[in-house]
Amino acid sequence: MLYRENGQFKTSYAADQQIFPIAQDRWAIFGLLVVAFIGVPLLVDEYLLRAILIPFLILSLAALGVNILVGFCGQITLGAGAFMAVGAYAAYNFHIRIEGLPLLVSLLLGGVTAAGVGIFFGIPSLRVRGLYLAVATLAAQFFTDWVFLRVPWFTGHASSGSVSVSNLQIMGWQIDTPVNKYLFCLMFLTVFALLAKNMTRCAVGRQWMAIRDMDVAAEVIGIRPLFAKLSAFAVSSFFVGTAGALWGFIHLASWEPAAFSVDRSFQLLFMVIIGGLGTIMGSFFGAAFIVILPIALNQFLPAFGALFGISISTAGVSHAELILFGGLIIFFLIKEPHGIARLWSTGKEKLRLWPFPH
Amino acid sequence: MSRQSGEIILDLKNVSLSFGGVKALTDISFDVREHEIRAIIGPNGAGKSSMLNVINGVYRPQKGEIILRGQHFSRMNPYKAARAGISRTFQNIALFKGMNVIDNLMTGRNLKIRSNLIQQAFWWGAARREELLHRAKVEEVIDFLEIQHIRKTPVGRLPYGLQKRVDLGRALAMEPSILLLDEPMAGMNVEEKQDMCRFILDVNDQFGTTIVLIEHDMAVVMDISDRVVVLDYGRKIGDGDPDAVRANPEVISAYLGASH
Repeated sequence: MLYRENGQFKTSYAADQQIFPIAQDRWAIFGLLVVAFIGVPLLVDEYLLRAILIPFLILSLAALGVNILVGFCGQITLGAGAFMAVGAYAAYNFHIRIEGLPLLVSLLLGGVTAAGVGIFFGIPSLRVRGLYLAVATLAAQFFTDWVFLRVPWFTGHASSGSVSVSNLQIMGWQIDTPVNKYLFCLMFLTVFALLAKNMTRCAVGRQWMAIRDMDVAAEVIGIRPLFAKLSAFAVSSFFVGTAGALWGFIHLASWEPAAFSVDRSFQLLFMVIIGGLGTIMGSFFGAAFIVILPIALNQFLPAFGALFGISISTAGVSHAELILFGGLIIFFLIKEPHGIARLWSTGKEKLRLWPFPH
Repeated sequence: MSRQSGEIILDLKNVSLSFGGVKALTDISFDVREHEIRAIIGPNGAGKSSMLNVINGVYRPQKGEIILRGQHFSRMNPYKAARAGISRTFQNIALFKGMNVIDNLMTGRNLKIRSNLIQQAFWWGAARREELLHRAKVEEVIDFLEIQHIRKTPVGRLPYGLQKRVDLGRALAMEPSILLLDEPMAGMNVEEKQDMCRFILDVNDQFGTTIVLIEHDMAVVMDISDRVVVLDYGRKIGDGDPDAVRANPEVISAYLGASH
């Protein structure tokens, strides 16, 4: 079947404003969800789930949050790791301090706490922008690093801030096997992606984008930068904080502040830049690129070398992985500075016009 | 031209604005009547755009006040101005480049949106109703400006003349009572200028919108405006109907550089 919208007439604005106005897209996303929810758990082995798919899902969620702030609202942040840490440790505190609090509530409260902290560290954005704001958000990173390492109250007096959780369950559903963990994260990601999409196609999303594209004109139209910027910080940090809580609870199960270092912040920022700023899709592409590619390279290189009779040592593989990975980032950024999501949409546009490109 | 102008809707009194040592506006007073087309003209750097920026609160004048429908504003800000029904277009098009035409116009409806973030996140209840309602309103503007064919095009891809039209559309989507136009015809060819004139006159006629217009094309200004203010070096040197302004010797010398 060709990718066309011929004959799909819209007779109401509601039909025109749906998330996937083209029927083929709706089928594709439905198919993808079926594969993700039913196919993957049946077919994929545990190593793949644990090492690739679960991190991919959680980091996609975090990238989605970063993209809301950086891509949609145009406020650069280098504090994403900090907000993940706040989410994780806040959820941990709710989990151990309040007896019988459902896991889901703990995780979401972690996100809410991160949103509050995000609003606080977003206040400088009302005065400074661009690189200066990036430096200001870096303060959040160093501050949380310090807090979770040095203030024992937050970590239940654990040495060097390392904490662990166990026996996670929701209404009797044990989240212990990789498959269950995968499904749990996938549900989170599906719901949050839908919420993000809705916000970005509604009034609040337009406010963010207006502030990003032309802040003076946005003000003249009656958009208050205070509300628009701080709401972007809040929503973004909520997403990132929830992702942080999932990262700690579900993926790591025991963690220390180093899990949310400044490296993580950079990684998330690179994800949204490479994936595509200002698109929901881009967050997934970016996360996939950064999470899956290094592992794929690592697996693939020895076999590739063997093809030519070269045996590559383990150290050689990890060096080559870094070299290739860096090269690919540069290649993508030169080829398409607007990210992989732009390549994707250009491809779809070409497909719609094919075979008559004019 | 004989259009019926009403009461004074906007009154500027002794407005002075300076940036450091540079005096952009010096002691300027003029008024705008309801339903008229009021032009502001003057050579480059005369302070015309600064004047508009003062009216809608982007710049805060050091002295003077703005009286809008009898209400005194000594400190106007863009939000208050927008609330009071003032919208504007920009000299250097200030559209939201990453968004398509519909979304650009939808931002113009921002002040009329009541639903909150949570409702919007779930695309539920009031949020959904409002999106549909405002979309219908925006489509009216799109029809009015004859830009149906580009409604889903990202504005960054549009040619200059159409961008100017979308800029006007975004201002109109606010359903303003006073519309400030900063050189709506700059850089356009004759047909585009004619179109734009037609839209401006139609807006004025059909919606009864008061229009304050900055324009360099004298033929256009003299044709469509009811009264004209002339600025030069931040001072007001002429005010009145087009014929009176045309005959004003100070205006002639400012524009034509006649011997002093």
